[in-house]
Amino acid sequence: MRKYSVFAVAREALRGHKGWGPQWASPEPRKDYDVIIIGGGGHGLGAAYYLAKEHGITNVAVLEKGWIGGGNTGRNTTIIRSNYLYEESMDIYEHSLKLWENLSQDLNYNVMYSPRGVMMLSHNIHDQQSFKRHINANRLYGIDNEWLTPEQAKAYCPPLDIAKNARYPINGAALQRRGGTARHDAVAWGYARGASDRGVHIIQNCEVTGIRRDENGRVTGVDTNRGFIGAKKIGVSAAGHSSVLMEMADVRVPLQSQPLQALVSEPLKPIFPCVVMSNSVHAYISQSDKGEFVIGAGTDQYNSYSQTGGLQIITHTLDAICELFPMFRRVKMMRQWGGIVDVTQDRSPIQGITPVPGLFLNAGWGTGGFKATPGSANLFAHLIARGEPHRLAAGLTLDRFRTGRLIDEAAAAAVAH
Amino acid sequence: MLLIYCPYCEEERSELEFRNAGDAHIVRPANIAEISDEEFEEFFFLRQNPKGLFFERWRHIHGCGRFFNAARDTVSDRFYTTYKAGEPKPDVAAILNGEQDKGAAR
Repeated sequence: MRKYSVFAVAREALRGHKGWGPQWASPEPRKDYDVIIIGGGGHGLGAAYYLAKEHGITNVAVLEKGWIGGGNTGRNTTIIRSNYLYEESMDIYEHSLKLWENLSQDLNYNVMYSPRGVMMLSHNIHDQQSFKRHINANRLYGIDNEWLTPEQAKAYCPPLDIAKNARYPINGAALQRRGGTARHDAVAWGYARGASDRGVHIIQNCEVTGIRRDENGRVTGVDTNRGFIGAKKIGVSAAGHSSVLMEMADVRVPLQSQPLQALVSEPLKPIFPCVVMSNSVHAYISQSDKGEFVIGAGTDQYNSYSQTGGLQIITHTLDAICELFPMFRRVKMMRQWGGIVDVTQDRSPIQGITPVPGLFLNAGWGTGGFKATPGSANLFAHLIARGEPHRLAAGLTLDRFRTGRLIDEAAAAAVAH
Repeated sequence: MLLIYCPYCEEERSELEFRNAGDAHIVRPANIAEISDEEFEEFFFLRQNPKGLFFERWRHIHGCGRFFNAARDTVSDRFYTTYKAGEPKPDVAAILNGEQDKGAAR
């Protein structure tokens, strides 16, 4: 792999940019691999990268039914934060945030991580109590999170309307300054390039149709639209389709697949300096480096694999955005899309072993999986390599729905997150 | 937005009037204090999540207020039929065949 640097740019500038070459290889699949990862999103590609880099396992294939980064990795609002309530969540999201901070250097690929601050608006006394509880829990755990008065929130994000008679009055905000955004495509491409360079096979347009097991129940490989591919270990990291894949191995998982929509506006000059979220009125907004407002809406209420959602859902979010930021009322929306997210009942992810030997699951990231990409991938690689979870992901087991040891971020946030 | 036929009101109304209530035909165990952890997980947390035909509950919350069931395709979001609570699962294959026959008759 050619290292990207200022010298490479200068050299290519002199040669008419004819020497760049593909960023990752597209090999024919081998007959078998040590590890197959199903799902070529950020989590899956990242897991392959860390398997090769940190565990020396390079006989790995990532199977993607479409194109890499074409699922939820390319369909989210790129928000990064780690200010969750419970220790199990803080462990993995903070691990992730720390990896984000050096990811561009680690991958030699600019993922445009921008710690511009994530501000969560409080609209009522319940929000205030809940956010302060989060802030205290975070700070006791060594994670930055601070309380802002409405005036401080307005100073941090000038477009915000803090008038007392506003439709959604603001009585304060929680700010995580290290939170922010990153470029979603670059995350997938950077991991793919790094993994491919270390010998990982990235196989696109390869849909898994079955998971084969031997007489002892151990996995032996997968059937795909390109034939059978053998594997000693299989990691499922397929977001909304995780339950479909787990069914192939006769494992039922507590996941529901729902559409989650986002939309972007026409590009404007830089005006919005941070990420603002409001759980109570359900709106997320930030401004991309291209100048588009990136806006996240809620999930539709029903299960679906349609990758589209109801117009009333995004209308509801835009109503709230217009109330919170009256100056954006005349901004035109440019495009809208939906992804299929896999939601657990406690709104916390599942990462762990399964009842099938050799089969590992990374799923249930629901509406907030992008922020977890590096941390989740890093710990999933550890799980697959060692066969047991890393300390930081030890609570995210599949069997917690049987033992009752839930990680109830659903109740903590009172909203999908 | 979905258009949903309420089998009680006998009318097709917009999704805004309805609240989805998840997987249908789940029977609450009569002896819930005695069942094992595995059985409780099965009853309480494990739900169907098929890509394709799905039997689900809806509630006409801003209408008659009653629960009913629906057979829907989760890829196209098309409703095959809706039916009253307590009725058995409909034969979706027969519904589709019936439509084909009607199409042929035309």
